This record gives sequence, structure tokens and C-alpha cells, in this order.
Amino acid sequence: MGQPAVEVTGLVKRYGAKTAVDGLDLRVQTGTITAVLGPNGAGKTSTIECCEGYRRPDGGTVRVLGLDPVTQGEQLRPRIGVMLQSGGIYPSVRAVEMLKHTAKLYANPLDTDALIERLGLGSAGRTTFRRLSGGQQQRLSLALAVVGRPELVFLDEPTAGLDVQARHATWELIEQLRRDGVTVVLTTHLLDEAERLADTVAIVDAGKVIAHDTPDALSTANGAGDTEIRFTAPAGLDLAGLLAELPAGLTAAEQPPGAYTVGGDVTPDVLAKVTSWCAAKDVMPQGLSVGRRTLEDVFLDLTGRELR
Amino acid sequence: MTTTAPPDDSRVAVGTALDFTPKPGAAPATRMILAQAGHEVRLMLRNPEQLLLTIVIPALMMVLFSGESLVATSGPGKRIDFYAPGLFGAAVLSTAFTGLAIATGFERRYGVLKRMGATPLPRWGLIVAKALCVLCVEVIQIALLSAIALAMGWKPHGDPLAVIVLVVLATGTFAGLAMLMAGTLRAEATLGLANFVFLLLLAGGGVIIPLSKFPSGVRHVLDALPISALTNGLRDVLQHGATLPWANVGILAAWAVAAIAVAARTFKWE
Repeated sequence: MGQPAVEVTGLVKRYGAKTAVDGLDLRVQTGTITAVLGPNGAGKTSTIECCEGYRRPDGGTVRVLGLDPVTQGEQLRPRIGVMLQSGGIYPSVRAVEMLKHTAKLYANPLDTDALIERLGLGSAGRTTFRRLSGGQQQRLSLALAVVGRPELVFLDEPTAGLDVQARHATWELIEQLRRDGVTVVLTTHLLDEAERLADTVAIVDAGKVIAHDTPDALSTANGAGDTEIRFTAPAGLDLAGLLAELPAGLTAAEQPPGAYTVGGDVTPDVLAKVTSWCAAKDVMPQGLSVGRRTLEDVFLDLTGRELR
Repeated sequence: MTTTAPPDDSRVAVGTALDFTPKPGAAPATRMILAQAGHEVRLMLRNPEQLLLTIVIPALMMVLFSGESLVATSGPGKRIDFYAPGLFGAAVLSTAFTGLAIATGFERRYGVLKRMGATPLPRWGLIVAKALCVLCVEVIQIALLSAIALAMGWKPHGDPLAVIVLVVLATGTFAGLAMLMAGTLRAEATLGLANFVFLLLLAGGGVIIPLSKFPSGVRHVLDALPISALTNGLRDVLQHGATLPWANVGILAAWAVAAIAVAARTFKWE
């Protein structure tokens, strides 16, 4: 499988008394898309910025393409592309001018005209950065990250603030990067983005990776049952009574009031028992569905539901 | 655990065919630095506030002060022979100090320096590019101001090489002070203070008011300022034909070493 593109071991990063990253491990295989997923303040950006060489780790080791980003930054930087969360572009620079200038810093840049067209920035070419829409600014930042034909790109929230069309165009571009052999590490809040794009998802919370696997494996990870029954009905049904009718090992929950889930080893027999129990109570299970747990369910189970 | 990409993806084929296959590499250092310097010169010359400060104000002062007796000059000689070297000093100050401080302050604020830090252009390369940009704008300024002065009957003396030595040392000093200010203050504070210091030094640095007009105690202090060393030195050469004004070169060299050393210790890129 060769050398990993990114290998982070026991990374610690502190800001004053606050520990942002607390013994984090992450391995990214070459040629894959890895999504780093986590709530705000989980340590995603600090981790990525240690990989990019912006921050010096307080502990642990970081190797990117086999290099130390802090001491071997000059060798590393031509080989990676970086998309920052906020522009980093002077407001009076025109979009095309910025891209063409950045291209000149690389030995074998992409054709900037084709890249502009691909990202739908043709109409924005002569517009200064400050007058671009939020989505255009994001797409320009993405263009700047890939124009130097890097082996590895770090994309910090690449679709934040994009409309649906632009989000899909960006996803397609990221998928093409992988197809052409570029390794992609992206951070995101968006579970559907992680589920759709990523080969592996690393869930980060409180400065640690608490789960790292394929989206499928993560969704089926917890316990034997990988499916659940969901329905809505009047609030306050007697769930203990329901569980008494079902085989042992199943769970039933009501959250929020009126929204029911039955999880565990869901078989056709279990489904029949749930519906006949409802029939006996003359309750219609609205929107009844049997489905796999989504990444969102896993994420909320792992990181908790409280707002932060 | 590598998952293979989905086979064929007709949606992607719709746009222009782009091949992202990695082919990384930095451009040669010279090409990167020249590209960066050119980019910065274009941005500086496009900025109306910068143009006002670096071109319009010195040119207007040259025309107004040299043409009319608004300010009494000292000693013999034509007014233009006094003002041309002083305003060259103002031009260098406006670009290497005020312009550079403001631009760098806002570049830090907007994260431009952070973004540049992710490109193959190394930090030393960025500094060289900025120095080239400043020198390039200074050449444009001095050429323009010289043309105006010559049209008004200016007769320069002395060795052009001595002028270059003075201008380069002063540029190093002002740029060091600019980076010190931009690296420690907020962008807005830098904007205000850099303009304020520019005005103070116009008045007290021998640019438009001869330092001989000040009481001798004050004058000794003002003579030690880098802007005074620059304007005094330029007058020694251009007005009085000196070969190399050692005292002023010495003052500027000391300032340059100190300013760059302090800036290098305090400057933060983000």
C-alpha cells in the first residue's frame, strides 16, 4: 500500500492553557479522499494547519508526503495545495489575475483558462476579489489550491456557503482529483458531504480522532443491528410494552416526542410485531421506514447532541 | 482500504477536459520572485490612495514650492535645487515606509501573507520581491520628479552612485520600520500612524523646511533622524556636489541595521 500521504501520531497542540489537539492520530492513504469531521472547536483546523506547516506541534509527530512540514516546508510546499477557510486574498486583486499569478509560482501549472471555465468563474474574471460572491470566492480559493498540480490537497470546508449547484460542481471536481491520483484531505461539518465524497471519515472530537473508517463501516459499527425502524405517532406511547413484545436485544426510543425508532437486529418478524402492536393500539405509524443508520446518527451518538 | 473511484462519470466530462494528474514543482526562484514583485507593483500602482501618497503629493509639492515663494529657503542657490533633493527624500519615505507599512498591515489582516506561505515562494523570496517592488516604484517616482524638476530649471550635481547608496540605505531603514509597525499594530492603527509619521517627518525631516530654521538643540536631534540624513545627504550630493556624504551615510547605515534587526525579531506573519 506504500507510504501514507499523511501520518500524524500523538499530535498535541496547545494555545496557552487550552489544549486544542490532544494526542491525535491520523493516517491518510495515498490516492484517497479523507474527510475530517467534527463539531466546531474539535481541533480539525489546528490539525490541518499542523500538516500544512503553519503551526508547530507541541507534541507528537506529523509527516506529510514523508516530510516534516515545519523543518522541510520548502520541499513540501510545492507538492501540496492548500485551501484556507477564509480567502487570504487581497480585496483589490482580480480573480483571473490572482490565479494566473499563483500559476507562475509553479513549474507545471494547470491551464488557468480551462480551470476558470471548469469552476464557472468566467464571468468573474475581471471582478476584484471583494466584489465576488461568497461562492465565487470559495471556488477561486479551490482553484488556487489545485493550480500547481499538487500530489495532495488540504481543503478546509470547501463547500461552506455554496449554493446547491456550486456544491455539486465542487464535489465533482474533488472526485476527479481522486480519479486523477490526487490525495484529498478535507474538513467539513456536512455529513452528506462526507458520506458522498470520502473513502474514509475521521471523526474528531475534543482534540482526538474518536472513529476513523469508511462511511459504510462507521454507519454499521455500533452493535449487531445495522438497521432501524422509524415512524411518527402520537407522543407518549408505552415503549416498555412494545419491547416486551419484541425479541431481546432490541431498543426503542422516542426522541423528540412523537418520533420513534426501534433499533437492533431488525428482521421482517420484528417489523410485523411493531405494526401489529400499533394496530392493537389503533395507532397509525406515519412515515414508517426501515433504514440503515446514517452517518449523522453515528456522529451524534459519538459526539453527543448538546450544542456547543 | 483504498476505495476505487466510481467508474466513468459522464457529468464531469461536460466541462473542459482538465487533467489534475499530479506534476508538482516550484518555478525557478528568479521567476517566482520576479512574478511576485511585478504582481505587487501592479497592485500598488492601481491603488488610488497609494498613488496619491507616492506620486501626486510629491509632484504637487515640487511644482508648488519650487515655483512660488511660499517657504523661505536657506542659503544661496535656486529654490528648485533645495526642493528637488528634499522631495526625492519624501518620495522614498512615502513608498518604503508609509506605503509598505499600510500594504503589509492589510496583507496580514486579510491573511494574504498566510496564503502566500502555502505557495512555493519562500519567505525570503517574498521579502526580496517586496524590496524589488519598493525599489521599482522609487525609480518611477524619482524619474517623474526629476523630469518635473529639470523642466523647472533644476541643475543636479554630484555622483549618481552616491544618490543610489543613500536611497538604498534609507529604503532599508524605512522598510524595516514599516515592517516593525505593520507586524505589531492592527491594520487600521498602522494606516493612521504611518500617515501621521509621514506628515511629521515631512515637517521635521528637512524635506520642505530647512533644518537650519530650527533651534540648534532641536536641530541636532532632527539631524539624527533617518529622513534628515537622507535629505541632508541628497543635498550634499545633488546641490553641493559632494562625492559621498560619509556622516549621513553612517547615520543611515546605523538606522538600517537597527531597524531591520528589530523588525526581523518582532515581525509575525499571521
